[in-house]
Amino acid sequence: MSASAARKNRVKAFIADRRATERSRGDQILRALCIGAGLLAAAVLVEIAYQIISGAAPAISKFGLGFLWHSEWAPNLNEFGAGVPLYGTAVTSVLAMLIAVPLSLAIALYLAMLAPGPVRAAVGPLVEMLAAIPSVILGFWGLIYLAPYVHTHVEPFLHDTLGFLGIFGAPQTTGLSTFTAGLILTVMIVPIIASLSRDLFLTVPRELTEGAEALGATRWEVIRGVVLPSTISGVAAATTLGLGRALGESIAVLSVIGTAAQIHKSVFETGNTMAARIANDIQYPVSKLQVHSIFYLALILLVFGIATNLLARAVARRYDIHRAF
Amino acid sequence: MTSIARSEGLPYDPTAPLSPSGNLRRRLIVSRIAQVTAIAAAFIAVAALALVTFDVIKAGASALRIGFLIHDPPQFGGTGGGIRSDIVGTAIIVAMAGVMAVPVAVLIAIYMSEFAGPKSRIANALRLGLDLMQGIPSIVIGLFVLGLIVQPLHKDSGFAGSVALAIIMVPLVARSTQEVLRLVPLSLREASDALGVDRWRSILRVTLPAALGGIITGSILAVARAAGETAPLLVADSTFGPHLTFNWFGPMPNVPVSILIASDSLNPAAFPRAWGAALVLLALILLANIGARLLYARSRRKLAG
Repeated sequence: MSASAARKNRVKAFIADRRATERSRGDQILRALCIGAGLLAAAVLVEIAYQIISGAAPAISKFGLGFLWHSEWAPNLNEFGAGVPLYGTAVTSVLAMLIAVPLSLAIALYLAMLAPGPVRAAVGPLVEMLAAIPSVILGFWGLIYLAPYVHTHVEPFLHDTLGFLGIFGAPQTTGLSTFTAGLILTVMIVPIIASLSRDLFLTVPRELTEGAEALGATRWEVIRGVVLPSTISGVAAATTLGLGRALGESIAVLSVIGTAAQIHKSVFETGNTMAARIANDIQYPVSKLQVHSIFYLALILLVFGIATNLLARAVARRYDIHRAF
Repeated sequence: MTSIARSEGLPYDPTAPLSPSGNLRRRLIVSRIAQVTAIAAAFIAVAALALVTFDVIKAGASALRIGFLIHDPPQFGGTGGGIRSDIVGTAIIVAMAGVMAVPVAVLIAIYMSEFAGPKSRIANALRLGLDLMQGIPSIVIGLFVLGLIVQPLHKDSGFAGSVALAIIMVPLVARSTQEVLRLVPLSLREASDALGVDRWRSILRVTLPAALGGIITGSILAVARAAGETAPLLVADSTFGPHLTFNWFGPMPNVPVSILIASDSLNPAAFPRAWGAALVLLALILLANIGARLLYARSRRKLAG
């Protein structure tokens, strides 16, 4: 603790020192270049928002906020609404989070607390490499391998045991479904949440965990009583970042969700998400208004992306977690 | 973790068994269950990676034959042919994206860690900006490029794709560069200062060289990530023909979109080539990841001394 504080003071004094010294021309140039790069990034951000909003403007003025719950998407009738993909985005993301959050936390706890050194060194990178699989390959794999498997093995089982819930309806003709999309999203966000959470768990001071162990706590009690409470806000932030990723994923979802035009109650039927709808429709738009409506969808996604990020920052900052974020 | 079992109120019984009982036994069982669950979860994640990799290898290996990498796809779809034009296109698009993104990202990182103080507002704003940039769904970045470049020029282009990928890469490279700059010992900078070296010189000649391994690692990881990005290219660069082209400002074939189109067509005749392409792409990306990790571990050790 004191070592890091001393280091911080040293850094401060060092920087103040440097401020005081006169800057040479080279310094000014490099500094200007750096600031220029920062301004460029800021300009790109603003320009992204501007392009998306201006692309969506005609659709916004035509449909207004009703776009959000209107469930018609009929290019030949020039009727567009985000109801179906909004619902699908919510369902797939909730499904993915329900599976991914416990799974990732368990993985993170294993890697941070339980795994012996060599296993940790091997498994940690492997979990992170799961995130390196391109979404198009994951989608292709989901289409050819996962969907048929889900169709013949998982769907009948869930329908028989939990069918009374209503959302697990009878299996359809193919495995292309909201459920499969949720599973693919799970594969994509588990490595994100797991590696962020593991880094958080590793920052829990040893004195705390060892103190709990000295008091006779079991491994699980150390985790529940010390590790999780002291990192809960960071875990929440990591989870929010994972959610942001799930909301915005387009290609992998597009491959396995079956691009439905209406809302189905059963998760074993086809569905649609906003990102998948964009990726599907932008290839062959039939009218200008359709392109504008696609930009409207993108605007909603952009808002989601920014909101999840700000939320994650707010949660992490509120509890003063600068460790992994 | 075991302790001597004894019941409340009774005197200590030396003949009691040394295994836990009652409450402690229950607590240990719960703990054991939690540990087994955690191990199972880690196993599931690794199994998912292994399963996807195995399936891609199995399906792709049959497509990989001599010439797969040096022939273009057949003119009118169908079987046979290779993925030369796709590979070359992806290489050009990603390389140009890197050329655009890495300098910008490294400069931003230099500003945040070398010029800005610990409480600098500008650095905070930059950090926020990079976080937001990273949080934008890639399909939205694709639409941005569509509005900015593709629509005004009335055609898809590798250039538009590169711009989109560069936007995806900047926050990744900036973050990893910043992290590794933080690892460069302060004493190096102070030593350079003590010799009266200008700051820009000591950044370029001392700090950056010391951090070079980490910067390269971050760039490789970002390139690997960009190489597999499909959504922006689907929007900005998807109307290409099968032939090899070096025209960056025209439609350029690329691997991810070719895989997507083939898998989307539901025409099984195109599947083998798509699997072959998926295998090549996945192998390159995973190898880049492993290589970058090894390099990073090495340069980290060197920095730590």
